[in-house]
This record gives sequence, structure tokens and C-alpha cells, in this order.
Amino acid sequence: MLALQGATRPHVEVLSALGADPVEVRTPDDLNVVDALVLPGGESTTMSFLLDSSGLRAPLQARLDDGMPAFGTCAGMILLATEVLDGRPDQESLDAIDITVRRNAFGRQRDSFEADLDVEGLAGGRFHAVFIRAPFVERTGEDVEVLASVSGHPVLCRSGRVLVSSFHPELSDDLRLHQLFLEEMAA
Amino acid sequence: MSDQPTSTTGTFRVKRGLAEMLKGGVIMDVVTPEQAKIAEDAGAVSVMALERVPSDIRRDGGVARMSDPALIEGIKATVTIPVMAKARIGHFAEAQVLESLGVDFVDESEVLTPADEAHHIDKWAFTVPFVCGATNLGEALRRISEGAAMIRSKGEAGTGNIVEAVRHLRSILGDIRKIGVADEAELFEWAKRLQAPLPLVQEIARTGELPVPMFCAGGIATPADASLVMQLGAQSVFVGSGIFKSEDPPRMARAIVEATTHFRDPSIIAKVSKGLGEAMKGLEMAQLEVKLADRGW
Repeated sequence: MLALQGATRPHVEVLSALGADPVEVRTPDDLNVVDALVLPGGESTTMSFLLDSSGLRAPLQARLDDGMPAFGTCAGMILLATEVLDGRPDQESLDAIDITVRRNAFGRQRDSFEADLDVEGLAGGRFHAVFIRAPFVERTGEDVEVLASVSGHPVLCRSGRVLVSSFHPELSDDLRLHQLFLEEMAA
Repeated sequence: MSDQPTSTTGTFRVKRGLAEMLKGGVIMDVVTPEQAKIAEDAGAVSVMALERVPSDIRRDGGVARMSDPALIEGIKATVTIPVMAKARIGHFAEAQVLESLGVDFVDESEVLTPADEAHHIDKWAFTVPFVCGATNLGEALRRISEGAAMIRSKGEAGTGNIVEAVRHLRSILGDIRKIGVADEAELFEWAKRLQAPLPLVQEIARTGELPVPMFCAGGIATPADASLVMQLGAQSVFVGSGIFKSEDPPRMARAIVEATTHFRDPSIIAKVSKGLGEAMKGLEMAQLEVKLADRGW
């Protein structure tokens, strides 16, 4: 669990409930002991700054290039993308999934919303999703599978062992997406 | 239609959700777009747009009001992180203006001169989330019952002195711990003593924590101050005068951001504290003419 800033605890609670053993990652040493990484929501600019100041960026990039499974929600999705629009000009991404993401694409906080989504291949009905100043995906690469969209904009995507969502499954009391990540991608 | 789900805005879940996203971060007071840029560059999770930082409000005296909308818009246009702004206690018209400007969080703040001596704003009536100050658990729960999505311990703004923030945090978190071991019958007495709604007291007994995120404000001036309040149990920090009244604001800002993330690691606090220059000049509580924390009911 990347724990530089943001909503780490709700993720830790969901992962623990599913029988995983989450560890908080703040330094390169912490990263050495994990098999897969969840990148939480929060401010992507802050996390990006802290990736550099903590010396985590290079080892994290190496692990991702090496195929470490990763699940990024909201800011975590922005960090994992290939390209970021409406970010800061110096905002560097980790390029773990071939998508272009627009920050705060749904608007400011007054536009934050909840909605029930149809998720491709997910049993058990619609997924109640919480969007907070959320980004959406503007472009997807060839090997990227879009699992859910809002008004035509992809909000849940998967490519290989990387899963990204613009919304916050950790705030929904619904464990299915974390379960999908743990069982199908990080196993 | 899978592509057009019905959606709802302004729910308590999305309000509290933004507070959740700001955890482990630093919210910085800024008075110009240039300062807002410095704050964002330094890793702030949010900026509080103000005309004067609390230490200047304290020095100048007079009535302190909501900031000029032009200033708030200028700051909003400069940064990509959430922008907060302050309304006077009970001044729901100022809050309406801030909401219409698209501010991401409204701080119903004791730093400004209160507009109502009995009533706080009915925060349920708004789409924008609110943060409110508290000096003790009863005050925190009354604000939550009025719809606040985040609580910050008040401390004493504009002093650069951490002592009041520590007092308020210890009071709030200490009472939460005591409620955690109280039996059912004792919870009624707690609700009465705190002058707070019983269901919120019962919720604390069940979960062991406040129903919304709790941040710390009022007096944080150094990286070690941030580490102290985070170790005491705050989930993020507000830094008002502490950054832009210090000798080297960009460095102080970065250092406090790093200290907030690595608050349990003294070697990192030591590293970021080296050669930071002068922190803001602080004030002793006994010298104060006005205690801002006494405002709010």
C-alpha cells in the first residue's frame, strides 16, 4: 500500500478483510517487501513530489517495469498513466498502463458524485462508485481493456497486471474490485 | 444505459470522501496566486485562499471577513489542487458565495470575526463540504451534527505556538479513548456532558474514532510540530502563518510536507529540519489579547 499521502486506510481495511497482508510503503526499503502495490486516491501532485523526495520513484519504476501488479485509484490512476492532461507541466507519470488521463475531468468538488456502474465481467450486479474531483481516461492504448465508462469516458481500465479506476472502490463497502485485483492479477 | 448512470452530487459520502483524500497532507494558507504556486510546488494537498494570514489578522485587529472573490478566483486559476476559503461563523451568505465560486471546501472559521453568536451554519444545506474547528469533543460533535465533513482542532491561529493545538487534540482524542471503554449506560451521560447528540457518541463507542477525518490547525510552525501532532493522532495538518512568515517559505513548506508523510521517522524529520532558517516568530499565550479558539459555540 503506497502511503505517501491520501486515503490509504480504507484500502488497507478492504485488503485486510480479503485476507491480504497490506504493508505501508513510504521508503525504498518498504517497497522491497511487497509483491503488489495499491496506489490510493489523494493529490497526485503531492504524491509525485513525495515519490521524488523519498527516493521511491526509481525503485518503483523498476518494479513496475518488471511487471509488479498494481491497482491505482483516482490519483493512483494518474500516477500509473502514460500521459496526464491538465496536470502540472513537470508532473511525471510511471507509464505502467498505456492511457492518457485528464485530471479533475469531471470538475471541482461540487461536481463530485456517486453513481452505479455496469462493470464488464463483474458478477453480482452494478458497482456503486464514488467519484471525487475525478479524472477520466481520454485515450487507451491497444492492449488496454475498458471495464466501465461514464458518459462515454472510460473510468475503469485494465492492462496485463495493472488495474486503474477514476473512482474510489475503497469508499463503497463493496470488495469486488479489490478481490478481482488480488485473485486475478496479483495472485 | 450502461454509459449514463444516474448520479448524485453533494452527498455526505462525497463530502467526507474529499476529506479522506486530503489525509496525510498539508493544507497551506496563501494570500496571493504566487504563494499558492509555491505551496503546490512544495507538495501541499490544498491551499486556503485568504486576504491575510492569521498572524496579520491578529496584528491588524478590526472585523475579519470572507476574502475578495477576485482573490479566490485568481488562486483557483493558478493551482490544480483543491482550494479552500473561510466564511465567518454563522455567516451562511458568505458560505453561499464561496460555494457559487466553486471553492472545494469551506472553512467556517474562528479566525474570522463571528457573524452569529448562537448559531453555526446549517452545513447540510450545501453541496460544498465544510471543515470546522473544535477545542473539545463536544464542539466537534456539534459541528458534525450540523453537517461538517471534516474537523480540525483549533489550536491558536497566528501564534506559531503549538501548545493550544496539543491541548485540543489531547482533549478530543482522550475523550474518544474514554468513550471507547464506557458501557452503554455511561454513553448517555457522555452525551449530556458533551452536549452532543447521543447517536454520534454511540458511533464513537463502536468505531473508536470521530465520524469524520480529524486534522490539526493553529500554531504549527516547524516540521517537528507537524510530526508531534500527527503522532498524537491528527490525520493532516493546516499550516497558516507558519510557512509564509518563515525565513524561507518554499523550503519550510517542503520540509513540513515531508515531515507530515514521514512523521514517525525522526531521522527524516532531522534531515528536513537542517538549516531551514528562522521559523515564524511565535507568541506566548499569556501575551494574547484575543483568543480566537474561544469563538464558536
